[in-house]
Amino acid sequence: MKDTRFAHLKDIPSAHLLGAGTAMCAGCGGLLAVREIHEVLGDRTVFVNAAGCMTLLSTYPFTPFSGSFLYTAMASAPAGAQGVRDALDVLARKGRLAPEDDLSVVVLTGDGSASGMGLSATSAAIDRGLDFLYVCYDNEGYGNTGQQASATTPLGARTATTERGSVASKKDLFGIWAANRPAYVATAIGSEPVDLARKVEKASKIRGPKLLLVLAPCPTGWGFESDQLVEIGRLAVKTGAWPLKEVEGGKIVHTKVPPKRAPVEEYLRAQGRFAHLFEPSRDEATLASIQQSVDAYWRTVTVG
Amino acid sequence: MSRALMTGNVAAAWGARLANVDYIPAFPITPQTEIIETLASWVDEGLVDAKLTMLESEHSMVTAAGAAAATGARVFTATSSQGLLYALEMLYAVAGWRVPFVMVNVSRGVASPITLEPDHEDILAARDSGFLQLHAATCQEVVDFVLLGYALGEDPRVRLPVLVNEDGFQLSFTREPVALPAASDIAELLGTFDPMGSALRGGNPTSQGIAVLDPSAYSYFRYEIHLASRAALAAWDEVAVSFAEITGRRYEPVEVYRADDAEVAIVAIGSFSTKLKEAVDRLRDAGQRVGLVRPLLLRPFPDAQLREALAGKKGVLVFDQNLSMGKGGVLHTEVCSALYGARGAPPIVASFIGGLGGRDLPSEEIYAMVDETLAAVQRGEAPPPRLLFTHRELTQQRRLQVIAGVERAKGGAP
Repeated sequence: MKDTRFAHLKDIPSAHLLGAGTAMCAGCGGLLAVREIHEVLGDRTVFVNAAGCMTLLSTYPFTPFSGSFLYTAMASAPAGAQGVRDALDVLARKGRLAPEDDLSVVVLTGDGSASGMGLSATSAAIDRGLDFLYVCYDNEGYGNTGQQASATTPLGARTATTERGSVASKKDLFGIWAANRPAYVATAIGSEPVDLARKVEKASKIRGPKLLLVLAPCPTGWGFESDQLVEIGRLAVKTGAWPLKEVEGGKIVHTKVPPKRAPVEEYLRAQGRFAHLFEPSRDEATLASIQQSVDAYWRTVTVG
Repeated sequence: MSRALMTGNVAAAWGARLANVDYIPAFPITPQTEIIETLASWVDEGLVDAKLTMLESEHSMVTAAGAAAATGARVFTATSSQGLLYALEMLYAVAGWRVPFVMVNVSRGVASPITLEPDHEDILAARDSGFLQLHAATCQEVVDFVLLGYALGEDPRVRLPVLVNEDGFQLSFTREPVALPAASDIAELLGTFDPMGSALRGGNPTSQGIAVLDPSAYSYFRYEIHLASRAALAAWDEVAVSFAEITGRRYEPVEVYRADDAEVAIVAIGSFSTKLKEAVDRLRDAGQRVGLVRPLLLRPFPDAQLREALAGKKGVLVFDQNLSMGKGGVLHTEVCSALYGARGAPPIVASFIGGLGGRDLPSEEIYAMVDETLAAVQRGEAPPPRLLFTHRELTQQRRLQVIAGVERAKGGAP
């Protein structure tokens, strides 16, 4: 990647734009990503939020954001972003907004909103060419209510509503977004900070709809110790379960291809939500099916 | 000031134009669509210096409206019926954001069964949202109430969004003479939208619409919305005076028509009050002491003005163009709660429900309602709520059901 100020981890600013002491769980993968994203975007940013875990970041009378925050509802954060962006534009045109008072408009929602009731508002914002960045922290379930199954829950994962493991496969939100042809769309994860920072940097230089799907390992929902957050994230990438990619000029480019993919079992074993696939007896069929779907994905990928 | 013939919908659009709005989030729905089409063409022609954005739903439309107002823009939007219900979650939300803007509702019945025709079921579903609510009876009032709505909602004591209700068809598609105030006078009245320091701005971080984790904080903010709405009653007096200085039209929260010496007062809101005034005139001609008392404001509810207007009446007849299922007319309940225990409160408050889904209110029914109210006064006991419907209508509906049953039994088209 050229034209980036992020070659190494130390290049990422640590101005602590997102303050500590929030209501998020220790080891929250979503919070890790949001912290990095806020650092890259700076403080002239407004986060327009839909109902989810991150709604509890700004709770009266405290906020961890150095930028601004607007909570909307579960279904309409992109429409809130539309209203803010439109108002900033019209006020600037009418001379009632100084250039330095402008804001980057960021939608911040979970996967439940993004893949369910918020999808209509998201698609429509892309249709209208809204200049915004959508950040979806994907913890693969309705995390804030105790991890019930959502459309993005992966095959085999135990949730509060799929005690024997999900029989449905994970919804391809990246593919749906990409098919809507936004200006930029990418996946990322907090445990790969340089990759994430470059993508946010790239998105912030593009006008139009930019969407970032960030896998957010969730210690309470997925069943792992808080200190395992980064390790779980690395396994998601190393095993190929979470491909890091972006769409450039209509073409999918993988930004970090695991040189030799580890068996997906390594990723699954580390999480309580998949424990029933191993104990008391191995669920060979489901394990094989998960591995096959990862393999099938990567067979379609042409590298380089 | 210029006079022109125009529909209620065009009058609503003129309200937005004269208020010099910055932003118009829009979504079409019958019978409201003419408002946004009119504004869209004015924006295209450069007659309105605003950005108009088509949203994909009313829920998103109200979200965008609130978000833009929270960013410091003067916002106008409009909807109707199912659209208002679809947006209802956001009505409550943006009222809590304390962002003033005006939304016109072109009232229409709600499903099921689905209909395009007018009644007040939609607008009254928004009664408790925190929006102020103004009910227009004429096309003139539509434009005037949009302008008053901005003055009222943006008042520092109030800072709440405002719904202006315009009855579908009866006003939306009916052309009436409308006197338009001069744009310069309105510019002086309203000025430029003042976000009062809480707008979303770079370098001035704010958090809006956020969660509370404490019941006391929740109660505090909910009470604040209520008290702000009540404060709109005091603000109204000042705003209405300023508006009257410009236009010569002085609006009171409650209109009293030939009711000062009335034995029976009819209470109703919206455009049917025009018919009711006509009936009052005919009844007065016949020597009956009947008048009309019409709240223009439904939220905040003008309790004191209503008590004053109705004090000493022998009977009150409340005509509701809505039906709270399992209870009855909403306006009737509101009027009773304002009157009960008040000095000089009328002993009889009769309830009549009609005008649902565009059903007409013929003069004979008005006369019958007055007779029934007078009879109740004589008896000293309020009658049970009446659902206006004729035997002829009932026979017709039953006949259609028989025909449908026969067709089904014949095994016709699946």
